[in-house]
Amino acid sequence: MGQVVQYIRSYLNSDQTPGAAGNMFWALVYIMLVFGGLSVAVIAMNWLERKILAHMQVRLGPMRVGPHGLLQPIADAIKLLLKEDIMPAEADGFVFWMAPFIVVLAAFTVFVVVPFGPTHAITDMNIGILFMLGVSSLSVLGIVMAGWASNSHYPLIGALRSSAQMVSYEVAMGLAVVSAILMTSLNAEGTGTLSMIGIVQAQQAQGEWFIFKFFPLGLIAFFIFAVAMVAETNRAPFDLAEAESELTAGFHTEYSGFRWSLFFLAEYSAMIAVSSIAVTLWLGGWLRPFPNLLHSSTWDLVFSLFPGITFLLFAAMCFYNAVRMPKHPLFRIQTIGLAGFGVVLGLIGLVLFVPAVSMRVQDIFWFATKVAGFMYLYIWYRGTFPRYRFDQLMQMGWKVLLPMGLGVLILTASVALIQQHLWHP
Amino acid sequence: MAPVATPFFFYLFAAIMVIGGIMVITRKNPVHSALALIVALLAQASIYLMLYAPFVAGVQIILYAGGIMVLFLFVIMLVSIDRSIRERQFNSQWVVGLIAATALGGLFIAVYTKGANIFPEHALSIVESDNTQQVATMLYGQYMFPFEIASLLLLVAIIGAVVMAKKRI
Repeated sequence: MGQVVQYIRSYLNSDQTPGAAGNMFWALVYIMLVFGGLSVAVIAMNWLERKILAHMQVRLGPMRVGPHGLLQPIADAIKLLLKEDIMPAEADGFVFWMAPFIVVLAAFTVFVVVPFGPTHAITDMNIGILFMLGVSSLSVLGIVMAGWASNSHYPLIGALRSSAQMVSYEVAMGLAVVSAILMTSLNAEGTGTLSMIGIVQAQQAQGEWFIFKFFPLGLIAFFIFAVAMVAETNRAPFDLAEAESELTAGFHTEYSGFRWSLFFLAEYSAMIAVSSIAVTLWLGGWLRPFPNLLHSSTWDLVFSLFPGITFLLFAAMCFYNAVRMPKHPLFRIQTIGLAGFGVVLGLIGLVLFVPAVSMRVQDIFWFATKVAGFMYLYIWYRGTFPRYRFDQLMQMGWKVLLPMGLGVLILTASVALIQQHLWHP
Repeated sequence: MAPVATPFFFYLFAAIMVIGGIMVITRKNPVHSALALIVALLAQASIYLMLYAPFVAGVQIILYAGGIMVLFLFVIMLVSIDRSIRERQFNSQWVVGLIAATALGGLFIAVYTKGANIFPEHALSIVESDNTQQVATMLYGQYMFPFEIASLLLLVAIIGAVVMAKKRI
């Protein structure tokens, strides 16, 4: 018993990820935390996407289930679980059954290396970014399998479109990533790194986020990635794989119930995964704004207040809307529920003001905030851009983004060489 | 940290690979064959990982499982499955097959019995944590010329594909 406690406590004093420290217990705890957090994020995204899209189109969005439709995702989940699970008679049973699992597996496995903080990652791999790109590229296999196994026309066309699109944009994406990795090698030793934690630490050491490095080269690489990542996740305006006006629902037309919800889960967690790649590579990962410029204990204190303040703002929003609820007795439960939700958020905010807590979790907060920005962008794109035609999509990938990526890569390498050899000989 | 390169994992992944390889040639449905090939390639990536070569494993997953096999599936999906299932699957060239099998089997037996002298006994000294950097310095330093020749070959293949596909360039 004492040994077990000793084993569990031994990790707490180390400043490594549980994977690097080799501590199985904490690795499991982290995996559960990441999985739970991801599921909550997907649920929240589901609600936010409907709400924000609705407000962009001057509608109200879900309003019935819970105050302001807050319980809508839960109602949806119950509906999906209770729905009949249909398998087409002519479908290839085993492949049809496997496809959603492969997609979900690929979407969740990448989070093994996502660095939410210098110690807040499940593990740190020497090939971190390569692992993320590789495993997330496996999800296209699941999509192709789903489309083919359904033995139906629309899914097959959707799967073909999706695989062509993902393979094409992977090239541009890879080039953008390589130009960011090149920047990590601009240190005294001259060796770069592929490890996700190492990339953020390189940005910290060089004193700027890679998006601002060699302006505008970093910005262009980031732009290429930001476009390619929307195409990679099959989201609007690149959602040709599930263009509902042409293909019903694309590759998952024949799926229903629980299997369909797995595709849904995978889509959103893949969005979060590619956003976290973008955040790690160009936006400084877990670093707070101006970590080097505003570097003093006062500023540290000021920035450590942000997580608590954010949650208190959410709580205030809840209370404001609870007060504005209609005064009719039928709305009493909803008003109480919203106020109760506000109280919960406020309590979380208050806990985050405790210095010991806020010091531990503020890196997660900054990472999550940056990722949330990308999530909002995804919804914004969906609300504003019209869908591309397929030939336009291919033209964009091969004739615009790919040459741009090559150019940025060559220029970045040249500028880096010049800087290393002329300015610091 | 306990090493993962234990015999158990080697036999596990090797078994998955062999079974996957056998499935590739015995399945009638070409899509199933392709999926079995993906399984075999992923098992191979795990073996690379076990040999402390994470970079090779990552590249294996990205290029083979994520890239080439997707294109394979892409093409196979457009082929009529019904017709290909009815086609004869195995070639009956017994003599050539027998010679090839004996030669390969003989080689395996020879390596298994005399292999101790062929392969170095000491373990690899490269540390896992900077495997990628080691690969980079080797490829772009010591083996720069062969590396460039290989990329030239690929370029020729690309140009050949374009020339063959397009009637008028």
